[in-house]
Amino acid sequence: MSFDFSLVIDSIPKMLMGLGLTLQLMALSAVLGTVLAVVLLLMRISRRWYLVWPSVTYIYIFRGTPILVQIFIIYYGLPQFEAVRDSIFWPILREPFGCAVLALSLNTGAYVSEILRGGILGVDKGLGEAAAALGLSVRQRFIHITTPIAIRLATPAYSNDIVSLMKSTALASTITLLDMMGIARTIVAETFAPYEVFLSLAVIYMVMTFFIQKAFGRFERHMSRYLKREN
Amino acid sequence: MAQDEKQPVIVLQNVDKHFGSFQALKNINLVVNKGERLVVCGPSGSGKSTMIRCINRLEEHDGGKIIVNGHELTGNTKDIDAVRREVGMVFQSFNLFPHLTVVKNLMLAPRLVRNTSKAEAHDIAMALLERVKIPEQANKYPVQLSGGQQQRVAIARALCMNPEIMLFDEPTSALDPEMISEVLDVMVDLAKEGMTMICVTHEMGFARSVADKIVFMDAGEIVETGPPATFFDNPKSERTKKFLSQIIQH
Repeated sequence: MSFDFSLVIDSIPKMLMGLGLTLQLMALSAVLGTVLAVVLLLMRISRRWYLVWPSVTYIYIFRGTPILVQIFIIYYGLPQFEAVRDSIFWPILREPFGCAVLALSLNTGAYVSEILRGGILGVDKGLGEAAAALGLSVRQRFIHITTPIAIRLATPAYSNDIVSLMKSTALASTITLLDMMGIARTIVAETFAPYEVFLSLAVIYMVMTFFIQKAFGRFERHMSRYLKREN
Repeated sequence: MAQDEKQPVIVLQNVDKHFGSFQALKNINLVVNKGERLVVCGPSGSGKSTMIRCINRLEEHDGGKIIVNGHELTGNTKDIDAVRREVGMVFQSFNLFPHLTVVKNLMLAPRLVRNTSKAEAHDIAMALLERVKIPEQANKYPVQLSGGQQQRVAIARALCMNPEIMLFDEPTSALDPEMISEVLDVMVDLAKEGMTMICVTHEMGFARSVADKIVFMDAGEIVETGPPATFFDNPKSERTKKFLSQIIQH
C-alpha cells in the first residue's frame, strides 16, 4: 500500500473549510456548558435538598451516558414530540447545529460542574475559618477566598475537558453537520482513501489541542503567580 | 476603677461540646475580664482549641451558655457577626490568603466588613505592618515570607479589625524555633497595651511572664486555674503536676 501525499495536500485545505464550524461548536458549547456548570455547582453546594438532588441526578445522567447517544436522542428523539415542535426552542432544535451545541453543552456542564466542585473541595478549610473569624459573610468568603483559589485548582482538569470537548465536536458529523470531520468523511466517500484523509485530520486536531493547552498553560501560570517563592 | 478591672467580657457557663459521640468539652466554666491575659495549656486533645474556637463560633457549642462582649452566641447570625467583628483570631497554621499580597490580606476585612475606604484601609494596614515590624514585605505574597513573618502578618490582619479581644490558637507551634521569639515579642507588646487575650500555647516562659491566669485543661475539662506563680510552683492537682513535669523536663 502506498501513501498518497498529494491527497493529503489536497484534503487538508478542504477540511480546514470546516474549521470555523468546529470552532463555533467548541466555543459555544464551552461557554454555555461552563455557565450551566456553575449553576449546577451552586445548586450542588447549596445544602438545600431540593437543589442538590436535581443537580446530582442531572450530573449522574449526563456523565453516565455516551455523548453520541445524547446527540441522537436530542436530534432524532425530541422532534417526535409535538410539544417540542410547537415550543419556542424548535428553531434551535430543528437545526442540527442547535442540537449539537445543546448536546455538547449539556454534557460539558455535567463534567465541568464536578471539576469545579473538586476545585472548591481543594481549598484549605483554614482559609475560610480565618475569613469567618475576620467577620466575612458566607457569600464574601465564597467570592473573595474560595473562588479565586478554586479556579486555580480546577484549571488543569478544566483545560483537559475543553480539549475533550473540542474532539467531541467531531460527533456533530453524525447528524449531517459539515465540520472538519464531516468534510473528511465526504472526502473519504469520494476517494476511498481513509488512511491519508483521517491521518491528516488527526494532525489538525492535534495542532488545535496544542494551542488550547498552550493557552490554558498561560492562564494557569497567571493564576498561580502568587505561588512563586522568589519575587 | 475596681469595677473597671472586673468587667467580664467572656463568660462560659456549663459549656458542653460533642463531636459525634465524643465529648470535647465537659461543663466548662470560665470568666475572662477586660484586659485580662489568659493562657490555656494542656495535653493535645484536651479541648483547648475547641474551647477558644467556640468563643468566636468557629465551633458550635451544644450545651451551656457563651457570652462574648455582651452578645450571647446562639444560632443568631447578627450576634455571631458582632462577636467576630470584635474578636480577632490567630491560627497555628497562619491561614493567610495565599492569592493576596500581605497588604491586601490586611485590607480585605476592613474593606468588606467595615466598608472602610481603600486609602484608609491601606493606611491602617501599613501602620499595623510597622507595628509588627515588616512594612517592607507589604507587597509580597505570603508564600515568599518566613513562618515567623507570616504569623506576624496574621496578627496584624486580625488587629486591622480593631478587635477588643484576641484569641491565639497555638500561634508558635508551627514555627521553627528561631522564629518563635519574634512572634512572642509581638504578643507581649499587645499584652502590655492592655489587650484582652486568650492564648492556647505551650510556651511556658511566655505564660509565666505575661499571663494573669493560667487554665489547665485535660480530657475536655478545666482541671486547674490560677495565677502563674501558684500554677507553676504549687500546682494542686496530680494531673497538672504530671503535665508540668512532662513539659519542663526537657
